[in-house]
Amino acid sequence: MDSLLDRLKTDRSWQIAVGMLVLGVIYPFIVDSLQSLPLIGDFLPSTASMVVMVVYTMMALGLNIVVGYAGLLDLGYVAFYAAGAYVAGWFASQHFEGVSVHIGSTVDSSLPGIHISMWLVLILAGVFTTLVGIIIGLPTLRLRGDYLAIVTLGFGEIVPQFVRNGDSIGGFDLTHGTYGISPIDSIGFGSFAFRDQENKASLYYWTAVVLLLITVFCCVRLRDSRLGRAWVAIREDETAAAAMGVPLMRTKTWAYAIGAMFGGVAGAFYASFKAGAFPADFYFQFSMFLLCMVILGGMGSIWGVLVGGLILSYLDREGLATIGSKVQDAGLNFDPTKYQFGIYGVIIVVMMLFRPTGLIPERRHKIEIAEGVHDTPLYDVQHEGTLTDRDPSDD
Amino acid sequence: MTTAKSTLQRIRSSSVIDWFGLAILALLVIWLATKLVTDPTRFFNVAAIGVTNGAVYGLVALGYTLVYGILQLINFAHGDVFALSGLVASTVIVSLLGLDEGTGVLGIVIGLLVTLAITAPLFALLNGGIERVAYKPLRGAPRLSPLITAVGVSFIIQNVSLAIYGVDFESVPAFVPRTDAITIGEFAVQWNKLAVILIVAPVLLALTWFVTSTKQGKAMRAVAQDTEASAMMGIDVNRTISITFFLAGALAASAGIVYLLQFNMRYDTGFELGLIAFTAAVLGGIGNLTGAVVGAMAIGLVQAFNEGLDGTPGSDWTRSIVFGILIAVLVFRPEGILGERTPEGA
Repeated sequence: MDSLLDRLKTDRSWQIAVGMLVLGVIYPFIVDSLQSLPLIGDFLPSTASMVVMVVYTMMALGLNIVVGYAGLLDLGYVAFYAAGAYVAGWFASQHFEGVSVHIGSTVDSSLPGIHISMWLVLILAGVFTTLVGIIIGLPTLRLRGDYLAIVTLGFGEIVPQFVRNGDSIGGFDLTHGTYGISPIDSIGFGSFAFRDQENKASLYYWTAVVLLLITVFCCVRLRDSRLGRAWVAIREDETAAAAMGVPLMRTKTWAYAIGAMFGGVAGAFYASFKAGAFPADFYFQFSMFLLCMVILGGMGSIWGVLVGGLILSYLDREGLATIGSKVQDAGLNFDPTKYQFGIYGVIIVVMMLFRPTGLIPERRHKIEIAEGVHDTPLYDVQHEGTLTDRDPSDD
Repeated sequence: MTTAKSTLQRIRSSSVIDWFGLAILALLVIWLATKLVTDPTRFFNVAAIGVTNGAVYGLVALGYTLVYGILQLINFAHGDVFALSGLVASTVIVSLLGLDEGTGVLGIVIGLLVTLAITAPLFALLNGGIERVAYKPLRGAPRLSPLITAVGVSFIIQNVSLAIYGVDFESVPAFVPRTDAITIGEFAVQWNKLAVILIVAPVLLALTWFVTSTKQGKAMRAVAQDTEASAMMGIDVNRTISITFFLAGALAASAGIVYLLQFNMRYDTGFELGLIAFTAAVLGGIGNLTGAVVGAMAIGLVQAFNEGLDGTPGSDWTRSIVFGILIAVLVFRPEGILGERTPEGA
């Protein structure tokens, strides 16, 4: 405790972090008075939007483990979000009407379906998505670089289509097709369901903040762990890492599985907040949206991804709409929400060209970029040509 | 000793995987053969649809494979360049040239050539411009950087299409008639499908000629093989890369026109088609020109059989099947049907 206090007195970044945390925790109490402020008041998000922002940021942190730490480009992260949401749908709703299982749930015990306490469901979702991550990862992680990106993209397309069409798999309704599964149970204790309370957004918000803090803690500990250092070694030079005895497959699979887990937990939590899992939420662009948060913040940088995630999810939930209405009030006919992915595209390109390390760069990654320590450069002298329609006489 | 053992294990496990893949393939072929015997007309009609779609995919896939061959970059923006080119072509055809159902044969041919003469250089320049602005500054960067940038560019182009054309589908009048051109019994090929083949075939021939028989094509192959050595031999690498992007853009523009002959398109058409085309390029062996076309035909046929024959999962699952194939190819045979083993796939 003493050392924490010492740190607080001396370390600037700790002061900022604790200050932000305190502000974050009391936000639901002060949001009304803040929103009545002139000029900036309109731009402040409601507590309900803050819940979503925190959830998205949590997913971005999970993706950061895969992309930022281990340097594996994952373009299908939305698959894990979907997996988590549907775990919540299966184990905490009336979806399976044939059975009636109640374990610590907040709903009336006369209702049909499986109703397991959402807290347990969050853990279940984490375990399930970890498994999904391993299953997806094992066959594909031996591929390197851009091939992996394409395979994950493929899974990111298959999983949403699977849940959309999964209403009669051999006659069995697994996902309820395009309607999705709803209502999903609320988080709560005993019969105290968050959703039935007056301040449900605030309750969900604080829960989300706790989940986010756990995620951040795990990210920090992972980064400094043996596993985390192995990830960085692989990111910097796969061949050298393997030569030094880092088991490539196992290490990469762990990155994939742990990254997936956070996506699953966040997905299940969000499904409970929204009270449903709907296939329309799981589209490819969402993976890109999360990737954009990681890039904006800085690949591998926890604080960077926190900031990047909050900024972009704010823009997504409220910011663009607010800016749009201001712009239209000013007489310009431009709707930024319509072009949100174009805006994210510009952010990605501009960041990559001018500040590839992100808003808050991670130290090692910065060195990597500056010194050009990297695995396979674009011009690889060793790389055999592949335009194979060549005349033998040329050789 | 341990190395020898692990190599042995690897060989054994990979051959098991290969056999597994071959067995699945054999089952598919047998299933198709039964379909062919039971209802040959339907089989050939569906196959004709597959070949036409495959031809369009092939043109787009060539753009991916050309760029990948030279830069080892998956140019995600390529599909969106294709979509925008198709949209512009629809404007040219409808508003500028006013082609419609009443246009004569000569008018159709000249009209298509004029459209191509307008869109091909335009999108060659656009594609080259993208390379110059977004990819060239990242040549020394880690490999993920240009890849991520390509995704960003893809979103930008898509939104440019959205800004210009809105969310509605654009279509052209059926100026190439959809009446039967060839009929053998119940088997029929419509004029607009035949036109696709009639356009794609010469484009492919011209491309093959360019890559194999011109000095510039030789330079392209040299750069693809070894960038530094070709630079030492006096090849202007930057110019060669630019020309590759020009070529890919022009191919996308021609693909946009043939796509319009059959389908409507809108701003996000290119995203899905781009993914399919990329799958085709990987299936054929990325970096391999013939492979891209072969792969595209295969994907086109798979899609058509899935949507047109009985006893298949149907069009709801087309995407999953295409991506399932992509994943299976990358896992079982990363070098593709016609490709060579590359470090990437090892």
